Amino acid sequence: MASIEEGGGGGHKKGPGVKKAKKLSTHLDMTPMVDLGFLLITFFIFTTTMSSPTTMELYMPKDTDKDDEQNKAKESGALTVMLSKNNQIYYYEGQLKEDASNFLSTNFNPATGIRKVLIDKKKSVIEAHQHDAGCEKIWAKNNGDKKSCLDKDLVVVIKPGELATYKNTVDILDEMTITNIKRYAMVDLFEAEKTLIDKTEGN
Amino acid sequence: MPSVKIPKKSTFVDMTPFVDVAFLILTFFIMATKFKPEEPVEIVTPNSVSTKELPDSDALQVTFDSTGRVFFSVLSEKDPNVKYNVIKHMNETRNLGLTEAEMQNFKRAPAIGVPFSGLKSLLAVPAEEHKNYKQPGIPLDTLGGELFFWIRDAVGTFSGKQLKYLIKGDNEAKYPAFKQVLNAFKKNEIFKFQMITALEDAPPGSELEIIRKREKSGGH
Repeated sequence: MASIEEGGGGGHKKGPGVKKAKKLSTHLDMTPMVDLGFLLITFFIFTTTMSSPTTMELYMPKDTDKDDEQNKAKESGALTVMLSKNNQIYYYEGQLKEDASNFLSTNFNPATGIRKVLIDKKKSVIEAHQHDAGCEKIWAKNNGDKKSCLDKDLVVVIKPGELATYKNTVDILDEMTITNIKRYAMVDLFEAEKTLIDKTEGN
Repeated sequence: MPSVKIPKKSTFVDMTPFVDVAFLILTFFIMATKFKPEEPVEIVTPNSVSTKELPDSDALQVTFDSTGRVFFSVLSEKDPNVKYNVIKHMNETRNLGLTEAEMQNFKRAPAIGVPFSGLKSLLAVPAEEHKNYKQPGIPLDTLGGELFFWIRDAVGTFSGKQLKYLIKGDNEAKYPAFKQVLNAFKKNEIFKFQMITALEDAPPGSELEIIRKREKSGGH
C-alpha cells in the first residue's frame, strides 16, 4: 500500500566513540486511511444526485364563461390532440367531422409519432399563411422578425383524458417546446370526443 | 550446474499518485453533493427539455404521487422562520389547536400530506420520522379542497413576495390528479406554474435544437 519512505540515509561512518543513534523507521502504513478514503468515495458516489431537477413553465388561462373573452382559433390552424391510456394519442385537424373521418391516432414515437404530426401541421399552416393586419404587432414583439408571424394561426389544443398519465401530459407540453409551437392550450375533453375514444378503444 | 540467479525484484509499488487521485475524486464528490431533502413519498418526475433551474426558496411545492396522494410543502432554504410563520398563520385561521412545539416541528418537517384533522397527530411525531408515518394525502375536490386553504394561507404569509409555484408529479399519476392540483391554484388566482422535471437534451434535428444552437453562437 501507499507509504512514505525515507531513503537510505547512509553515509554515516561508524567509528569508535561515535554513538549510534537509533534509527526510527519513517515507513508509515497508510492502508487504513486509504481504505477509509475509498469507503467515503463509494458513499458519495451513491448518494450524489448528478442531474439537478429543472422546471418547466406552464401558464394556464383564467376560466371564463364569457364568449367574448375566449380566444377564437381559426379552423384551418387548429389541431386538437387528445391523450388516452397506454400512451395513445388521438388527434384531428380543424373541427371534428360528423363521421369522424378526420379522427386519427398516433403515439409518442419520436420519429413517426405526434412530433411528425405537429411538424407537418406547422408546415402546412406556414404555407397557407396570408398576411393580415395582426402581423405588424407580432413583428414588433419579435424585434421585426418577419418569420414570427407565419405560424400565427396555428393553435394546438391539448386534451388529456381521464386515463392519461402525468408523464404524457408533460411530454405533450414538451413537444410544444421542441417543435416551437407558441400557441397551445390545455382543456378538457368534450363528451363527443370521449365517446369516440371509448368506441375506438372498444369498450 | 550453475544455478541461474533470478534477481529478486521488490514487489513494492508506489501507490502515492493513485491515492492522490482517489482523494481528489473524494474531494470533488464531497463538494458536489447536495443532499436532497427527504420526502415522504418517492416521486419519479418526467423528463423535459426545459433548462430552467429549480428555486429553493420563496416557493410553494405541491407533490402528487402515482396513487394521487397530494402533499404540500413550503420551500424556504434561506429562512426557516418563514415555515414557522406559515403554520402559525394556518393555526389561527383553521383553528388547528397546535402547540408551540408542534409548530416548531413543522419547520423541519418535509412535505405534509394529511387532512387538517390529522395535522396535530402528524406534527406530534418528530419530523425525522415522518417518512414512516402513513400519510393519506391532502383531501382534494374539484374546488381545490383543503389544498386551496394551504395555498391561500401560505401566500398570505409571504405577503408581497414574488412566490414560485412548483408542481411535482409522478410519471404514473393520472391526469385528473394533476387537474385537481391546478384547480386549487386557479381558485387562488394563480395561473403560472413550474413543473419539476428531469433534464433531457433537445432531440437532434428539432426546431428547438436549431434555435438553441443559434442562440449559443449568437451569444458569443
